[in-house]
Amino acid sequence: MMNGMPLSGVRNVFKIGVTMPEKPKLAVYWGASCGGCEIAVVNLHEKLLDVDAAMDFMFCPCLLDTKKKDIEALPDRAIAVTLFNGALRTGENVEMARLLRRKSRLLVAFGSCAKGGCIPALANFTTKDDLLNTVYLDNPSVDNPARIIPSGTTSFPEGEIHLTPLLERVKHLAQEVEVDYYIPGCPPESHQIWNVVEAVLSGDLPPKGSTIGCGTLTVCDDCDRVKEEKRITAFRRNYEFYPDRTACLLEQGLLCMGIATRNGCGAPCTKANMPCTGCYGVPEGIQDQGAKMVAALGSVMDIGDTTGLSEGEIAGRVDDFLATIPDYAGLFYKYTLASSTLGGRVMR
Amino acid sequence: MTTVESFEPKIIGFLCNWCSYAGADKAGGMQLSYPPNVQIIRVMCSGRVDPQFVFSAFEKGADGVIILACHPGDCHYKEGNCRALQRHCMLNLMLEQLGIEKERCRLDYVSAGEGEKFSRVIGETVETVRALGPLRLDQ
Repeated sequence: MMNGMPLSGVRNVFKIGVTMPEKPKLAVYWGASCGGCEIAVVNLHEKLLDVDAAMDFMFCPCLLDTKKKDIEALPDRAIAVTLFNGALRTGENVEMARLLRRKSRLLVAFGSCAKGGCIPALANFTTKDDLLNTVYLDNPSVDNPARIIPSGTTSFPEGEIHLTPLLERVKHLAQEVEVDYYIPGCPPESHQIWNVVEAVLSGDLPPKGSTIGCGTLTVCDDCDRVKEEKRITAFRRNYEFYPDRTACLLEQGLLCMGIATRNGCGAPCTKANMPCTGCYGVPEGIQDQGAKMVAALGSVMDIGDTTGLSEGEIAGRVDDFLATIPDYAGLFYKYTLASSTLGGRVMR
Repeated sequence: MTTVESFEPKIIGFLCNWCSYAGADKAGGMQLSYPPNVQIIRVMCSGRVDPQFVFSAFEKGADGVIILACHPGDCHYKEGNCRALQRHCMLNLMLEQLGIEKERCRLDYVSAGEGEKFSRVIGETVETVRALGPLRLDQ
């Protein structure tokens, strides 16, 4: 057992196993993702056996050999829970999201990509065409004299290859299908995945649409560093210095996003002396993580004594202060651009 | 259909209760004319203007946003206007990355006695946004 003692859910597991004729089906699917969410599931370690005892883990392209046609053959709502990780980048992602929505009683947006777009959604800072040009034409390491951008159907002597179309923008799961629950994290912490499995098995779930497997406050609440008055005289970056191990990282000038990020992870990053990068997304009641970071940092910047300076000079001093960080939007929306208020760069 | 000539920008103005809102009142009292494109929301302090409000305004159809604050040193709450300035500068950097011209989000200072400045700032902002054209958030 992960924590030494069997948890209450384990007893429920066996109870359900005895009373139900067939184990509830569990699917784990990936859209545009890196595979880290599957690793997080596997990181349940021995508890995977408990999951297997209680549920029929029947679909997971990363780990199992079940095919799409097997899912299509199921009756609608046959799958008890689908943990869908990954953003929606391609037409195929959308097709699978719709299929799994139809076949599942509970569809869970699992991890930051499915919940807010995460790293794939950073592509929303540019257009689809610019993205393709960068990847296939303009990249210094690319040699593509025929200027081929792969798309559509291509014929080869061996047959035809069909490529799924790219969407104009990366979407998160709820922008295409109805989502029952959200589990944040890049990836979700394994102990939180187990908490969710227990909750699903016991039926002790909050109202639909809730974010589960996490807290409602901010990472600062999980972080045990000493917090004092925040007055930052300069923003600093990770490579510039070794941070003190006990003082608040934000107070040391690092742009730690714990202040605008949902808790529940247990603050492993700040424990490892690295600033929070915001993977658990917005805390309860907040819509836009980037806006909240701006709000928070705007209150703690210390530009020094401005007595006697003109309004223009004061603004100049703020601009100089801010100039040390090259990419605020990319930093603050690393995990949530698709679900942010604007969703990405405004297309015109 | 909206043409350049007929385009009337929609602008949301966040005005601090203590200085700028009184400044707007002053402009009214002085019977100064200024374009009617700005819809004013009174806030207790420019420091209350959460950047979420600005994004929401753009998302809900505003073509521009103006935040009016007390002059530096005059804030009723000592440094709310300073925080507003710092947020505004950082927000502008993000807006440019998000494809929204920073001129669409202006911060300026209007005191309770500056009815004329209020009228001028509103006029300038409306003309700036009019020249930029409508902000369409096509998904």
